[in-house]
Amino acid sequence: MSENTLNMKVVEGSYAVAHAVMRCRPDVISAYPITPQTHIVENLSQMVADGELDSEFLTVDSEFSALSVLVGASAAGGRCYSSTTSQGLALMYEVLYNVSGMRLPIVMNVANRAVGAPLNIWNDQQDAVGARDVGWLQIYVEDVQEAVDTTLQAYKIAEDPEIKMPVMVCMDGYILTHVYEPVQLLDEQLCDQFLPPFRPADVLDPDHPKTFGAFADPSTYMEFRYKQFEAQHKSLDVIEKVARQFEQTFGRYYGGLLDSYQMDDAEVVIVTMGSVIGTIKDAIDAMRAEGKKVGLLKVRSYRPFPVQALRKALKNAAVIAVLEKDVAIGGEAGLVTDLKAAFYNSSIKTPIIGFTAGLGGRDITIKDIRKIVERAEAARKGIESEFEFLDLRTEIL
Amino acid sequence: MGIVAGSLVDPCSTRITKTGAWRTFVPVVDHDQCIKCSLCEIYCPEGCIHQENGNFVPDLDYCKGCSVCANECPRMAITMVLEEK
Repeated sequence: MSENTLNMKVVEGSYAVAHAVMRCRPDVISAYPITPQTHIVENLSQMVADGELDSEFLTVDSEFSALSVLVGASAAGGRCYSSTTSQGLALMYEVLYNVSGMRLPIVMNVANRAVGAPLNIWNDQQDAVGARDVGWLQIYVEDVQEAVDTTLQAYKIAEDPEIKMPVMVCMDGYILTHVYEPVQLLDEQLCDQFLPPFRPADVLDPDHPKTFGAFADPSTYMEFRYKQFEAQHKSLDVIEKVARQFEQTFGRYYGGLLDSYQMDDAEVVIVTMGSVIGTIKDAIDAMRAEGKKVGLLKVRSYRPFPVQALRKALKNAAVIAVLEKDVAIGGEAGLVTDLKAAFYNSSIKTPIIGFTAGLGGRDITIKDIRKIVERAEAARKGIESEFEFLDLRTEIL
Repeated sequence: MGIVAGSLVDPCSTRITKTGAWRTFVPVVDHDQCIKCSLCEIYCPEGCIHQENGNFVPDLDYCKGCSVCANECPRMAITMVLEEK
């Protein structure tokens, strides 16, 4: 039994994430409770009350206020944390742009959940994928350990002086927030070594007054947006670098931008993000045993979208099936649209088909994965349907 | 002038950034009709009407031409005139 396994504890995903946040030593936490994020901030509130965590914990009247509080606190030089989901993220929308526009390196866990109407509290990823263009980096995690480790990495990425961008660590609601599984909680000393105190170059200081997020007329506004655009693209290298530094310190690595499973000789490749990867790996094991050359490519960084890394990773695939828990009503869905765009001007002319699945918490089963692979194999001879809702109950339509 | 990420600027940036170009109509004050009640100065949402040598004058670097001064003036001494540039 390795040292790592010995230190594992069986805890709830939300506790594990809250513990990781505590290790990051945030100065200010502001959040509004919303299912399935509640346990994360409940745990943090408890840690502050018990004196385990020295942090200002602000309870506010809404998610709009929660993130607005952090705009001020971050501009004043504090390391800031929030967490939300679904309707809460929707209510934050205006502030999301303010945070990224003011280049405030706030980190937030999004416990991915369906968005109403119809009212639904279960998991999918429509909430965060819908906010893909607001300037925040978005990293999607597969399991609780990765959620823990990525939360720590997120601050290091966000606070890099070359980046200065907020990060959402997206974890599937319930599936990861409410599961109890063995996790290695982060060691205090190693965390302090990995993540130094936040010392931003520019802060709100009465002795040296400055305005954050000042008015920009048509002669400069585009340049501010360009700087954010540029910082997102620069962060591709930083995400990878930080993942490697994390590996050196803690011995765990998830791929920086992408991760893969059984990709070496894979002909059919499933591209996806989040916790459904566990199911897909099991399905691939079963199909591999039957001689089917199926592989998996996990998109860890959805924003920035790693175009070059994707082209490289997928260049030998015969057919690509994208599976995602979101839908772009009126278009197709986020990941498949971005992937097609990434390939259009490249030499890769692999057929790409897209599936939206698991909306509103519907289970995605091994049978569903097999169905996707069958559809993908058929698409090698010609695409019949470019995009579909998987497992649709046509009998009630 | 280079821009700083986060649109960080030193205080009082509006002294440099003029916003009067948004205007379509410009307030013209008839100083003979004016009774110096200062309602135009009080109501101006931009705070850009001030007394100069006893007369109320809009600062055209910032006036947006919103007409509030003209509407509030009890003497109808302010006329909004289409400004051609």
